[in-house]
Amino acid sequence: MATAEEEEDGGGGGGCCLRPFSCEQGLLSRPDGSAAFIQGDTSVLAGLYGPGEVKGSKELPDQAALEVLLRPKVGLPAVTPRLGRGGGAQREQLIRRTCEAVLLGALHPRTAVTLVLQVLSDIGSLLSCCLNAACLGLLDAGLPLASLFCGVTCALRPDGRLLLDPTARQEQEARAVLTFAIDSADGKVLAATAKGSCSAEELQQCLAAAQRAAATIFRFYRDSLRRKYSKW
Amino acid sequence: MAARGVPAEACVGQVVLPGDVLLLPAHPDEDAERLRLGASAAPRGRLLCGPGLRRSGAGLLVTKCGLLRHRQAGGGAAAGGAFWVDSQQKRYVPVKGDHVIGIVTAKAGDVFKVDVGGSEQASLSYLAFEGATKRNRPNVQVGDLIYGQFLVANKDMEPEMVCIDSSGRASGMGVIGQDGFLFKVSLGLIRNRQDV
Repeated sequence: MATAEEEEDGGGGGGCCLRPFSCEQGLLSRPDGSAAFIQGDTSVLAGLYGPGEVKGSKELPDQAALEVLLRPKVGLPAVTPRLGRGGGAQREQLIRRTCEAVLLGALHPRTAVTLVLQVLSDIGSLLSCCLNAACLGLLDAGLPLASLFCGVTCALRPDGRLLLDPTARQEQEARAVLTFAIDSADGKVLAATAKGSCSAEELQQCLAAAQRAAATIFRFYRDSLRRKYSKW
Repeated sequence: MAARGVPAEACVGQVVLPGDVLLLPAHPDEDAERLRLGASAAPRGRLLCGPGLRRSGAGLLVTKCGLLRHRQAGGGAAAGGAFWVDSQQKRYVPVKGDHVIGIVTAKAGDVFKVDVGGSEQASLSYLAFEGATKRNRPNVQVGDLIYGQFLVANKDMEPEMVCIDSSGRASGMGVIGQDGFLFKVSLGLIRNRQDV
């Protein structure tokens, strides 16, 4: 179990700074891998099972079948993709495609890997918090990965200013909210989702800011894993 | 971002993350164009890429997070040896040659199905016991504990285990008696016990 904290100055999700974030790994005893990621007041718990037995219809002959379940804090998990606030199963599909891009599933064909994400509190930037928790969960479970990934959320205010890691209030007031999943190998974008309207230049600016923030998050991953293995 | 192009020796004993690329030392005696005739020993600069690492281009790509370990090659070879990543893991993946304890879950004709904690159940033939013949079947019931080793264990096939070693002797393997308890522990503890 390891806890690490990283404090960013100018906290509160303002400007080009991220809110204070912390993580804990290996906190659940039953799943093969587990991680909790807290960004400001938003926190998500990830539990990973795998590679394990797979039901006949879901079996893939050449790679592991990855399934992502996102359970909201209140209410039932989404079945169909919902438009508007939330997005339901669309977020699950986005997280699943991001994880599939980095997971070396070909090393475990005809197995199933299940990722369950439980939202503990949602005060903005939920999707990026889920992505970060998912990556740390994959690391804790010891599954083979080609690289790491992280999630960064960007909000565009009506006056054109950029905010990283917005709170729920900032997301509501913003003209557009974009979430990027960034790869650790070259800083490439694994997934991007946008809500609202923005121009192409603004999109590029958000992407550049997100990539800079991603470097901070990857440093944090490395530090927290060093602490975890220093006690070994 | 990931550490690109760091020499492998510099990272031994440190935490490495998936996505890191480790550079291997160049082999001075390796000459790809020249064919060697005559009696020559096996290439001494052979590097073993262990669990948690994969070959990629000029170096090794780390695929699991953990501590990087290195073992020098035997025989005084300058280059070579083995690199691997020591990582913590709860889920067991069958590996050929591993000794495991399994629980018999089913009898299907001439084969027992054994639960070894992996993604698939292992198969154990009734002839794979010491002194077993077609007339003299071993006394194994569903729910028994079996200590055996893997004969076949790769990602493409169902794992197969046996309770005899290569010379046909049991050497401790087989059905474990009725008394006693079975504990589930982490893989790290088992590896520490095996090293002792």
